[in-house]
Amino acid sequence: MKLTKMTALAATTALCAPMAMASDMANEMTIVSWGGAYQESQLKAYVEPYLEMHPDLKVIWDESSAEATAKMRAMTEAGNVTWDLVDAVASDAMRMCDEGLIAEIDHDAVLAAAPDGTSASDDFGDLLVSDCFVPQIVYSTTFGYRMDLVGDTAPSSICDVFDLAAYPGKRALQKRPIDNMEWALYCDGVAKDEIYDVLGTDEGVDRALAKLDSIKDQVVWWTAGAETPQLLADGEVVMGSTFNGRLFSAIAEQNQPIDMLWDMQSFDLDGWVVPADLPEDRKARVMDFLKFATDTQRLADQAKFISYGPARASSAPLVGQHAILGIDMAPHMPTDPANAGNVHVYDYEWWADNRDDLDAKFQAWLAK
Amino acid sequence: MSDITQTGPMLAADGTPLKRSLARALRMQKIRALMLIAPLLLFILVTFILPIGDMLYRSVDNRIVQNTLPRTVVAISAWDPASDELPGEAVYAALAADLKDAAEAKTHTRVAKRLNYENPGMASVFRKSGRKVKKWNVTDEGPYKERLIELNDGWADLELWRTVATYSSAHTMGYFLNAVDLKLGSEGVEVRPEDERIYNTMLIRTMRMSLIITFSCIMLGYPVAWLLANLPTSKANLLLILVLLPFWTSLLVRTSAWKILLQQQGVINDTLVWLGVVDDANRLVLINNELGTIIAMTHILLPFMILPMYSVMQTINPSYLRAAKSLGATNWTAFWRVYFPQTVPGIGAGSILVFILAVGYYITPALVGGTKGTFISNLIAYHISTSGNWGLGAALGAILLAVVLLLYWVYDKIVGIDNVKLG
Amino acid sequence: MSALPPYATTGQRVWFYSFRVICGLIFFFLIAPIIVIIPLSFNAQDFFTFTPEMLRLDPEGFSLKHYRDFFSNDSWQSAMWNSLQIAPVATLLSVGFGTLAAIGLSQQHVPFRRAIMAILISPMIVPLIISAAGMYFFYSKIGLQGSYLGVVLAHAALGIPFVIITVTATLVGFDRSLTRAAANMGANPVTTFFRVQMPLILPGVISGGLFAFITSFDEVVVVLFVGSAGQKTLPWQMFIGLREQISPTILAVATLLVAISIALLTVVELLRRRSERLRGMSPS
Repeated sequence: MKLTKMTALAATTALCAPMAMASDMANEMTIVSWGGAYQESQLKAYVEPYLEMHPDLKVIWDESSAEATAKMRAMTEAGNVTWDLVDAVASDAMRMCDEGLIAEIDHDAVLAAAPDGTSASDDFGDLLVSDCFVPQIVYSTTFGYRMDLVGDTAPSSICDVFDLAAYPGKRALQKRPIDNMEWALYCDGVAKDEIYDVLGTDEGVDRALAKLDSIKDQVVWWTAGAETPQLLADGEVVMGSTFNGRLFSAIAEQNQPIDMLWDMQSFDLDGWVVPADLPEDRKARVMDFLKFATDTQRLADQAKFISYGPARASSAPLVGQHAILGIDMAPHMPTDPANAGNVHVYDYEWWADNRDDLDAKFQAWLAK
Repeated sequence: MSDITQTGPMLAADGTPLKRSLARALRMQKIRALMLIAPLLLFILVTFILPIGDMLYRSVDNRIVQNTLPRTVVAISAWDPASDELPGEAVYAALAADLKDAAEAKTHTRVAKRLNYENPGMASVFRKSGRKVKKWNVTDEGPYKERLIELNDGWADLELWRTVATYSSAHTMGYFLNAVDLKLGSEGVEVRPEDERIYNTMLIRTMRMSLIITFSCIMLGYPVAWLLANLPTSKANLLLILVLLPFWTSLLVRTSAWKILLQQQGVINDTLVWLGVVDDANRLVLINNELGTIIAMTHILLPFMILPMYSVMQTINPSYLRAAKSLGATNWTAFWRVYFPQTVPGIGAGSILVFILAVGYYITPALVGGTKGTFISNLIAYHISTSGNWGLGAALGAILLAVVLLLYWVYDKIVGIDNVKLG
Repeated sequence: MSALPPYATTGQRVWFYSFRVICGLIFFFLIAPIIVIIPLSFNAQDFFTFTPEMLRLDPEGFSLKHYRDFFSNDSWQSAMWNSLQIAPVATLLSVGFGTLAAIGLSQQHVPFRRAIMAILISPMIVPLIISAAGMYFFYSKIGLQGSYLGVVLAHAALGIPFVIITVTATLVGFDRSLTRAAANMGANPVTTFFRVQMPLILPGVISGGLFAFITSFDEVVVVLFVGSAGQKTLPWQMFIGLREQISPTILAVATLLVAISIALLTVVELLRRRSERLRGMSPS
């Protein structure tokens, strides 16, 4: 009896909530993001300005982007999606789109055109890698190192990560096969354009894992992007991979004795996806916000707070100086020619097809 | 009262036989007791037992294959998986039709993911073909066998079809087998390839580390419990607070404290370097490994060991020990032959409790354990919230639950759950 | 054994004192990790180690900035409010259901007593990750995942064993003739319960409630799965912080939580003594 009453109560509150709204746009929006400096840049660049325009809106943050795919699956299976807008990397977006978890977006209809009238799809260009995905930024996963702990010659090549003799000490690597496997093969002598062919074979996987084995004892595995800067700052590791924006914050904003290694950094995209089948009022709110948050000015503004390249071509010339420090942001962008000498272009298609298999093997290898 | 005959049954005041009246009273008492318990029992069943049962069902649930590929499942039942020939055109036609429907509903990737757990590589065959088959007309554009194989030569792989045939039923032992590093091949149960084996290692590691933690708790808890039981009550109560305070302090607080203490740049290493015990360049690695998990969990679980030991030792009469000594036993003999045996129930109760709590730990290993110091719970969490292999997570959970319930039963037999004390 | 007898040999003396030292070290191991975070939470720097200024007891080395951060930071504040909204309601549910059931369980004739007891205690025994995963899927199905009610129900279930254990413990020493006496003097069962039984078991009920409260207030695994961002509690926020950016604000929060623990522990200890006194046992 008690329980039925409670469920009934829950059901009525759930029903009443949208009805209580005055307008046809929901007054509450749950945004899923990554936490840390990145979420801060989103807050400053477009969530706060949007809230000023819509003071009734309540934004709830959920730092669950790392588990976005699994959580979206669970919520969709249960028919109870509580998220409104999800920040996801391109590969996760493609997987969720494949599985019908997120809505397809008509880019030109939903997103703002560039100030000069160029349509959204032309402005984003090749970065629209999926029909469900609205890219925000271009980022790269790269290495940072403690200047005071690496001896006289600073590391200059990605393969220095695997060189324990020249650079003794712990390294932080992301707890997933992506990037690590490619770097391992590259440093094991595989040519850059053959990496995925080699990785496609069992021998190639073994070869990559064997290379990683050579440093396994010295690796601290991270799952959240903020961990490496923290580990570097605490001196727990001498070098570690993370997203370049996180390193920028540690270096430029917190004045840590850290420098960046721009070699074979892996290029990737991050952007917004919207859960499939949202109720009308919530969908209306999300689309309204999305249009605002991804326009040319807003994406350029975000680059004032974190060193990620805006995904719109039209935003690039507007990228100026850091909002507080006043330094030029362009040289810190992964897209800057000085930094993009030798980059690793990560193959979405390949990983979409092979991710599950390699995840299982990687987990088994980790536990050994 | 006067009409009670000597031979008839004794009657109660209202004239019913006393025996029946007593039985009714007893029944009423039982019903009243049950009425008091019922709301809570119902509450626990709905909020707790039912969810666990529901999750356990996931460990055998395999309906996704039937639901996504209904025609294929029917068609393939006529095919003999042991044969060396590929299935016939009918199976391929059924698959093409199923795949087209599934691709339109975007469910083909889900079934692909399911089958991929059993036969790595299948996901990409389904995924790639799904994109193309979606555009096919599946009623009259045969022969599908040739077309599908032309699309992706994975469809000419016997193993793929054997996997589909083996996993077409609504329920499967596949997840449980996977959870112990086995798999169901076409010729029965077989061992998984070496580079996919992980769960036995993790299960054994969980057990081993829990045992180490339990043992450390005994070693550290015994002297303290002894001291508490043998001090005057007022002093003992004061010291007991020192045991109870960690017990009451948030798990996260204690774990963060250990994180700060054990880091290479943490308090312990700093102190050792300052004392000159350790060289600044060779600071001890105390965290993100097995040692970190063992230290932090021993600290967290120690009160659960001390309290039951203490309550048993309190009841031991000290005159036995004196008697033994006056009969000529050395200190050690008196302790080992007379005192210690009497404390075994306390050690047993504490050990089972600590072990039960330890095997299921998740937060502390996740934060201080790195990759070497993690437990089976961390893998369960990984499968539930990251990899999305819920069936496997549920199967691992079922195994862990079985271990815990077995120990719980033993605990109930030996100690009795009523005798659990909290401070 | 509390004092050394005057006739002890040298060997016994050595053993006596070294045993004390060993026990002292174990107590140090138990308590030091909790104590050490308290001074560190007043660190003027963003580090987790004692700075030279702190060691010199220089006031410059200390500051309240991490506490200020806690009280001014939105995410910490909303986490605190969420915790304060979830824990008391979960506690009320556990105490309400739990006390009734404990009274039922302590009757003389309860069919299947052992089995019922085993079920009611199980939330304390089942590994949290299993409870959490089960609730995650099941609550998703019935629309409770990610809702306030879902988290409250889950936490109430986790708190129940503590209430059952503490209340049955007080009822064990309860003298049944008291209720019979009350009934004899014409009190109805409800009056008997509230006037006779309740005052005697109240200490047990309150300490059970405090246990249930701290269970919910400290719980992180289940809320991670059953809750959504809108129910982010204090432990959840701490967990994120510990895994990602371990800011010293966590130490300030930890210190506050330790203070709460000390307060609750004191209350429970006082209640236990009162209850023992009431039941005519000598206060320990």
